[in-house]
Amino acid sequence: MSNKDAYWNKTKNHMIVTLVLWAFFSLVIFMFGSELNTMSFLGYPLAYYMTAQGSLLAFVIILFWTANKQEKIDEEHGFSEREDD
Amino acid sequence: MFKGDFIQNLPKIYGTYTGGFIVFIILMALAEQAGVSAKNIGVMFVAFTVLIYALIGYLSRTIQVDAYYVAGRQVPTVFNGMATAADWMSGASFVALAGGVYFGGYTYMAFLVGWTGGYVLVATLMAPYLRKFGCYTVPDFIGTRYGGNLVRACAVFVLFIASFTYVTAQINATGTIASRALGIPFEAGVWVGLISILICSMLGGMRAVTWTQVAQYIVLIVAYLIPVFWISSNVGGGIFPHLMLGDEVARLGELEQQFGLVKNSAADMKAAGVPGGLKYISGTHSGVPEGGMAVWKYLSLAICMMVGTASLPHILMRYFTTPTVRAARKSVAWSLFFIFLLYSSAPMLATLSKLALMDPNLPTGIIGKSISEVQSIEWVQRWSEVKQVFIADFNGDGILQLNEWFMRGDVVVLATPEVAGLPFVISGLVFAGGMAAAMSTADGLVLAISNALSHDIYYKIINPKAETAKRLLVARVLLVLIGAAGAYIASFRLTSILGSVAWAFDFAMSGLFFPLVLGVWWKRATREGAIAGIVAGIASGTLYLLWVFPKFSVPIFGGVNTPFLGIDHLRFGLIGAPICLVVMVVVSLMTKEPSPATQKLVDDTRIPTGKAILGKQH
Repeated sequence: MSNKDAYWNKTKNHMIVTLVLWAFFSLVIFMFGSELNTMSFLGYPLAYYMTAQGSLLAFVIILFWTANKQEKIDEEHGFSEREDD
Repeated sequence: MFKGDFIQNLPKIYGTYTGGFIVFIILMALAEQAGVSAKNIGVMFVAFTVLIYALIGYLSRTIQVDAYYVAGRQVPTVFNGMATAADWMSGASFVALAGGVYFGGYTYMAFLVGWTGGYVLVATLMAPYLRKFGCYTVPDFIGTRYGGNLVRACAVFVLFIASFTYVTAQINATGTIASRALGIPFEAGVWVGLISILICSMLGGMRAVTWTQVAQYIVLIVAYLIPVFWISSNVGGGIFPHLMLGDEVARLGELEQQFGLVKNSAADMKAAGVPGGLKYISGTHSGVPEGGMAVWKYLSLAICMMVGTASLPHILMRYFTTPTVRAARKSVAWSLFFIFLLYSSAPMLATLSKLALMDPNLPTGIIGKSISEVQSIEWVQRWSEVKQVFIADFNGDGILQLNEWFMRGDVVVLATPEVAGLPFVISGLVFAGGMAAAMSTADGLVLAISNALSHDIYYKIINPKAETAKRLLVARVLLVLIGAAGAYIASFRLTSILGSVAWAFDFAMSGLFFPLVLGVWWKRATREGAIAGIVAGIASGTLYLLWVFPKFSVPIFGGVNTPFLGIDHLRFGLIGAPICLVVMVVVSLMTKEPSPATQKLVDDTRIPTGKAILGKQH
């Protein structure tokens, strides 16, 4: 397998992991909205908290994490742009 | 004053600008103390900020193609994040989002999740690859990846429908705010708004829009957050509402129980003469509606908004302006961070505003008081005069019930500072913020449309030999024409026929999402597949919209149709996008696989380093 193919495989797997996290915070938890709302976080009902703030914050964190991870994959395979930045 | 080049000095320049803006706010506060009228303060806020944007627009003028289309690809990560956030958050986000949460509660907040979660799709599936490709516009990618003028024209068509649906609503919002702040008629406000928008974008294209959007972001976020924090501490919500409103949310639940959530009949509301567009609270604030259909309604709306976000050209094109692929990825993260600052505050503002009106223990509470007493409150009188709030005593007991108080969603943002007893300078600030939000989105949209028409239709299809000067002239003429067309439609208040902003998301996801994603992620996708997919997606989505939306279905199909699986007019992308995918895959597999040259092009797109597919100037 060439370096490019290996790079693309890793990138693809990373994409899938990111999208699984995304689906969890955007869809899966809201399938159980009424169950979650019986629990509380910071005094807010949990499902309310997640849709008002929690999931939004999770997306921000996912995005910074995924960008950093992808940069590491770039470096491992010598496709990092760091030099000509 | 500043050494070194412009890009290196950006933090200093915008730091000075922010400081200057805060000094301006303080001056206005002093002016209020000195007796300057509220109206003049509003005028000064809007006039001062718009003049600054115009100045930035003028200073960013350019005669270079890559500066005009992609800001010379030198916008640093964080600044591009701010510009994208301003591009993204429209006048509607600014003035209507908190109102939506106020009336819609949990169910409405599917929009919040949808409008933020979409950025994960942008970052993983699209932005870095489109940046590597080096295109000027979204159709530029589709036209080059799949090859041919027909597929390019199809992409331009979808871009046009989606963006134009959106832009009239933005110009409408600009007009509304300009007319309220400057005290001029709405029709005049629309044209004032349009001229402000064009000054910011015409001379410098993407470069000018980028630097004005950064300035507009700073104004809009300051204008949104100051009132939220201030109101919170005024009504006893604590200084950091995002973490401290748990008790208030619980209290709202109790108050809902106490007052009762009653649904008014349409006939009653008509008989009482409730003005159009005004709403009342009939659902719970934090409760989750029971049942599978309610869950599906929430999820389907979130899906449409997320997938739509990842297909909207005016957002995707912001990531063409970063220096590198790496910067494009990080820039998406920063964009969402800056959006998060406002979006996470909207539900807090809605909670505070609702509590201020509903809690009888607070001096601001009005529900449960006698109607004559409420009608004598100054802000109630002022907003009643302009038909933004309304009282209907359905049961005739002279006491204001929860279902008897009507108001427009915008009032939550525009009037809460006043209700909570903040000085008027804050209301002026809010006007400036709303104007910044509406202008920045309108700028981005008008530019996306006119760039696609001038680059993809005029230069790539009609006249490939055109010289730079002529291309830029055409681009500018188109910019003015598109803006004028949007303002014309807005000034006649024809926007009601264009329906909801959500439609733009559904149009974009029906016609663009899968051609963009598969263009990068599936080498086997062919030109014929893409053309068939775009046509089938946008046609089926549009037909479904005509069928399901009563205003269209009554004259066309002779009756009101029940939405299929709960997919109503806000969610028609759920019909268009899957059809687009299936047709695109089937047709691609039936046609000859793309040439080795095209496959190599896709391979190169996937790797951050190396030359861009399209040259620096093309």
